[in-house]
Amino acid sequence: MAQVAEQTRTETKKARGKLVSMNWDPITRIVGSLGIYTKIDFENREVAECHSTSSIFRGYSVFMKGKDPRDAHFITSRICGICGDNHCVCSVYTQNMAYGIRPPAMAEWIINLGEAAEYMFDHNIFQDNLLMVDFCAKMVQETNPGVWEQAKRAAAPNADKHGYRTIADIMTALNPFEGEFYRETLQVSRYTREMIILMEGRHVHPSTIYPGGVGTVPTVQLFTDYLTRLMRYCEFMKRCLPLHDDIFDFFYQALPGYEAVGRRRVLLGCWGSFQDPDKCDYNYKTMTNWGRAMYVTPGVVVDDKLVTTDLVDINLQIRILLGSSYYDSWQSRDKFVIKDPLGNDVDINHPWNQTTVPRPQKRDFTGKYSWVMSPRWLDKRTGTHLALDTGGGALARLWATALAGLVDIGYIKATGRSIKMYLPRTALKPEVEFEWKIPKWSNAIERDRARTYFQVYGACCGLYFVEKALAELQAGRTRTWTEFKVPSEGIGCGFHEAVRGVLSHHMVIRNGKIANYHPYPPTPWNANPRDVYGTPGPYEDAVQNTPIFEENGPDKFKGIDIMRAVRSFDPCLPCGVHMYLGNGKTIKTVHAPMNCGVGAEAGEDCT
Amino acid sequence: MADASGVPYGRKTQRKPNLEEVHIIWINDGLSCDGDSISITAATQPSIEDVILGAIPGLPKVHLHNPDLAYEVGEELMRYWHQAERGEIPFVLVMEGSIPNENLSGEGYWAYMGNDPRTGQPITIPEWLDRLAPKALAVIACGTCACFGGIHAMQGNPTGCMGVNDYLGWKWKSKAGLPVVNVPGCPVQPDNFMETVLYLLRQLAGVAPMIPLDEVGRPTWLFGKTVHEGCDRAGYYEQADFAKEYGQPQCLVKMGCWGPSVQCNVPKRGWMDGVGGCPNVGGICIGCTMPGFPDKFMPFMDEPPGALLSSNLVRPYGRLVKWLRGFTQSTLNQEPKWRHNRRELTTNPPPEIRH
Repeated sequence: MAQVAEQTRTETKKARGKLVSMNWDPITRIVGSLGIYTKIDFENREVAECHSTSSIFRGYSVFMKGKDPRDAHFITSRICGICGDNHCVCSVYTQNMAYGIRPPAMAEWIINLGEAAEYMFDHNIFQDNLLMVDFCAKMVQETNPGVWEQAKRAAAPNADKHGYRTIADIMTALNPFEGEFYRETLQVSRYTREMIILMEGRHVHPSTIYPGGVGTVPTVQLFTDYLTRLMRYCEFMKRCLPLHDDIFDFFYQALPGYEAVGRRRVLLGCWGSFQDPDKCDYNYKTMTNWGRAMYVTPGVVVDDKLVTTDLVDINLQIRILLGSSYYDSWQSRDKFVIKDPLGNDVDINHPWNQTTVPRPQKRDFTGKYSWVMSPRWLDKRTGTHLALDTGGGALARLWATALAGLVDIGYIKATGRSIKMYLPRTALKPEVEFEWKIPKWSNAIERDRARTYFQVYGACCGLYFVEKALAELQAGRTRTWTEFKVPSEGIGCGFHEAVRGVLSHHMVIRNGKIANYHPYPPTPWNANPRDVYGTPGPYEDAVQNTPIFEENGPDKFKGIDIMRAVRSFDPCLPCGVHMYLGNGKTIKTVHAPMNCGVGAEAGEDCT
Repeated sequence: MADASGVPYGRKTQRKPNLEEVHIIWINDGLSCDGDSISITAATQPSIEDVILGAIPGLPKVHLHNPDLAYEVGEELMRYWHQAERGEIPFVLVMEGSIPNENLSGEGYWAYMGNDPRTGQPITIPEWLDRLAPKALAVIACGTCACFGGIHAMQGNPTGCMGVNDYLGWKWKSKAGLPVVNVPGCPVQPDNFMETVLYLLRQLAGVAPMIPLDEVGRPTWLFGKTVHEGCDRAGYYEQADFAKEYGQPQCLVKMGCWGPSVQCNVPKRGWMDGVGGCPNVGGICIGCTMPGFPDKFMPFMDEPPGALLSSNLVRPYGRLVKWLRGFTQSTLNQEPKWRHNRRELTTNPPPEIRH
């Protein structure tokens, strides 16, 4: 694609039509529960207002206090039922730092292999068994019959690669349970999970990951079993990626202006993924260097510029703000951590210093209505608290890695504006090199497209990691764990990428027990309500002012364009966006769009 | 071969189920991570699509309403919940996630699903149990959180949450006479759950008797044996060969594994299709199928108190037996002496063969 177009959003100044209240609670086909409440301007065919609420609170940061730090990864894995292993890994990164240990290289390759398979599995099942139902024949026929007619006549540009002659054929294959491609991807989700469990024991909550390394026994059989499945996946992706490209490109053509759906300013955060065991010693003091050596580069991207790739910088500028959520403030309490190991000041609103005191109360959309707090990243250049989003995970990872231009493992090369990804010959198909190019927009379609490309990225990483692991095995370096002692006082932090985006864990140890533990998964970053400064969260941003392309009126309205916008973020947490089904009643005329707070379920944030 | 009317002869083998169709109302909005819903998509014996598409004959037609997979959104989905509470559809209720104590949440909520159409206010999870349990043919608790409270019910938690039986009462029975069926696991092992669903469908069809459950509601054929009884590292235990580090292939009982006292079949059937698992592949058993999980197993990485005793007791026997086996092994590793390429036959054959 060509250079990135201008990024700033202009305020809509046109007069508002009558607003109709439309709510959807729960949003389905996401992991967790979300409710979205909107007001739709049917005359101007736009979403005027949006509130999202969350529906469950569990309290991880409360019940982890006083527990043995060595239990942290077993417990925090249970935060999420699809990417819990990402939490488990992030927690052992945190513990490794707190205990001052470095696992053997073999352990890192085993974890990297498991996590690469997690991206391959999770993106596959979420994309094709949950999200793509929004693009399937049944849904398109019900929401946009005109588009269905076009799809029947539209030849699929990559038909020779995936075997479906028309776009309508692709859409039919995506129908839930009955569609051929839907059922195929459900099976793909199984052998990719076998790849995860070969390394991590079980899914979603690993059994073989520990601070200090892993319990998996490295053998010839282990890596052969992984590799044979990986090659099947590579062959599958040579069909799957062109199929997805065809569907996404078709929507731009069939519905001109669709790039505005789910669009927001480019404000992306990526915390990096996959350690290089040659560089990573889990020492905070050298984190800047080993962070940059990760095989997915950490970074903050603002308006297509890479602001930083320094994990220390990323760490220090995280702020957790309250606003529209059901908690007491902790501002008046003592700090747990006054300075980081490099001597930098740590803010009271940093996760190390947060104290979670939940106060359940009646839901009030003009006041407090959500279990989610508002994570922000302080941009030192301007002093503003940025509402970063993860773009559903893959978009931020690819964008930051591409711009940084650091990753080069042969199978993957970051070029500064793109990422080349090479899949070797497989049983029935020759070698293929895909190239993900930085898109013009941070919108629903590009988040979805990036997800498919990241499935290939994960496969390429897997190919490289298998080679590195076999080299360790063949050199006789088969130890997978290093001993440690839990200190009586200590701090640790871990940075990783959950499948849908940034993941950090922050831990404080006092008297050999957990004194404070705050995990920040991606969805609180994406789905938070308006903060104390009045800054809206990314969902609100992306959903409001989304144009309506659906052909139904208020009576049969499914809100499919809103659904596509929300699902493009891959919401994962008991976080809901409520949409009331108004009975077509007019509420009131509003002349300026009101920013809506977005709530997310604390099931994942402080959980 | 079909007779004159075109009906195949063999069709007489096909029995019509007692119940023609059944809805599965799946609430995953307890205090949950949704891990059990995700886990069952990994099942192959049977798979979720096998059940929905009717791959196994003689069973009721199944309509699945699980929010993670559902085509419908919002009120379109909740319609089935309201039909169920009005008794308009035959259904099985699947509960996933711990049941919060909503006595403690004041005017707010810990967990809800959907809004009451009359008041616009959230319907909490315990309220859904009150509305649906009396009308359900059966209630299945999927995963340890719904069975026994699980992780979110650990000491220090703010929600006071619990399992389904703690809420409904341990003597609760459905209108069809079934107690709560508890299928624990954190998450539930994929085939364990789908196999239980298949059993219940056969029971509803009228071709299987009351599902056999143990004293805490777990299917006996799945949870009747301990991890240790099914673990392929148990042989190391018998020989007093214990791992001293994670990553070694020997028995993990001194590294935190609770296998000898935990009822679970994962080491025996693997996590998926015989692949993966827990102690059989190097992951200590943390007791996630048991009512005492997690508190009674923490800190997980410490040697369980009983293991110290039992591993010491087995040491003299195990070492001796392993040593003796070494001799036998040595002998068995040598071929008989008559296998050679010399110009003579020394196999001691019958007389007529000798020269």
